[in-house]
Amino acid sequence: MKRIFALVLVAVVGILLFSGIYSMEGFPRYGEAEVSERVSMSYIDKNVTRENQEVVFGVSENLETGSANIVTSIIVNYRSFDTLGEVTVLFVSALGVSLLFGSFEGRLRSRYKPNFILRTGSKVVFPLILVMGAYIFIHGHLSPGGGFPGGSMIASAILLMYLADEDFRVRIDDFKKTEGIAGAMYVLLGLVGLMISNYFLSNFLDTGTVGTLFSAGIIPVVYVLVGLKVGSELTGIITDFLKGEVE
Amino acid sequence: MNSLMVLEIMVALLLILLSLLAIFSKKLITAIIYLSIVSMLAVLSFALMKAPDVAITEAVIGSGLVTAVFLFTLFSMRKEGEKE
Repeated sequence: MKRIFALVLVAVVGILLFSGIYSMEGFPRYGEAEVSERVSMSYIDKNVTRENQEVVFGVSENLETGSANIVTSIIVNYRSFDTLGEVTVLFVSALGVSLLFGSFEGRLRSRYKPNFILRTGSKVVFPLILVMGAYIFIHGHLSPGGGFPGGSMIASAILLMYLADEDFRVRIDDFKKTEGIAGAMYVLLGLVGLMISNYFLSNFLDTGTVGTLFSAGIIPVVYVLVGLKVGSELTGIITDFLKGEVE
Repeated sequence: MNSLMVLEIMVALLLILLSLLAIFSKKLITAIIYLSIVSMLAVLSFALMKAPDVAITEAVIGSGLVTAVFLFTLFSMRKEGEKE
């Protein structure tokens, strides 16, 4: 009876949501939005201050932001201050976790011993995941992904090693130093932008040609810094979580 | 109705079915595995809806980190009264 009631409740809420959203004026169906009439068009054309002009991959030069990935051009260029806030949120949560667990020593041990295939296989996969993570945050301005997924991929590689090897430990002090330096560099980069072009985190480098690796000004620099910061921060959180009770 | 739309509907139905299975499964380990499959299907649906950035983040966090943390927690739990 309870389950049927829950099912009916879910169905009613779902129908209300969908019918409400789709009957709304100004909320077009999926894939039918007219982008050219909206503000987003100037973000897609990478021209907020000038007239709209078409952007051609691999040809257009010296745009406002030279990132081929539109999402990246918004979150690391136009809304870079938001990203700084996001990174700060993650930093505060990592700080909270390490304040809670920092005094614990030793490591939580699982009851199950990792078997041979897991132990050997993880050693093969570990460097590949690290390289993939670095690839994702270095190419954040060209392909999908960026600093946050790349950093979490690095952290998940380290979590895999923790799962596979009972005696595996990272030197957490080095990770904490990396995190601090990367975060400070991000703020410093913003201050340099403030000095050169009068607003915080402005893209003061040459943006180059759309679609090449060395393009988009400070976007790759910021994404490498964010990737390193997120990776070392999540590694710190994982290491703190796996600290066991003192025996 | 083209083949891509059929795939989208299949993914959506599978998402609902596997979420229900994850809720109602008796053993915790099967629930975690169902949850991981739900994450993987969510990645597929994000990719079908042309949001590759979200798809990559979901693939790393949803089916990678979260599943591993759940598994480690499950393996570290002891039954009531059980000694080391």
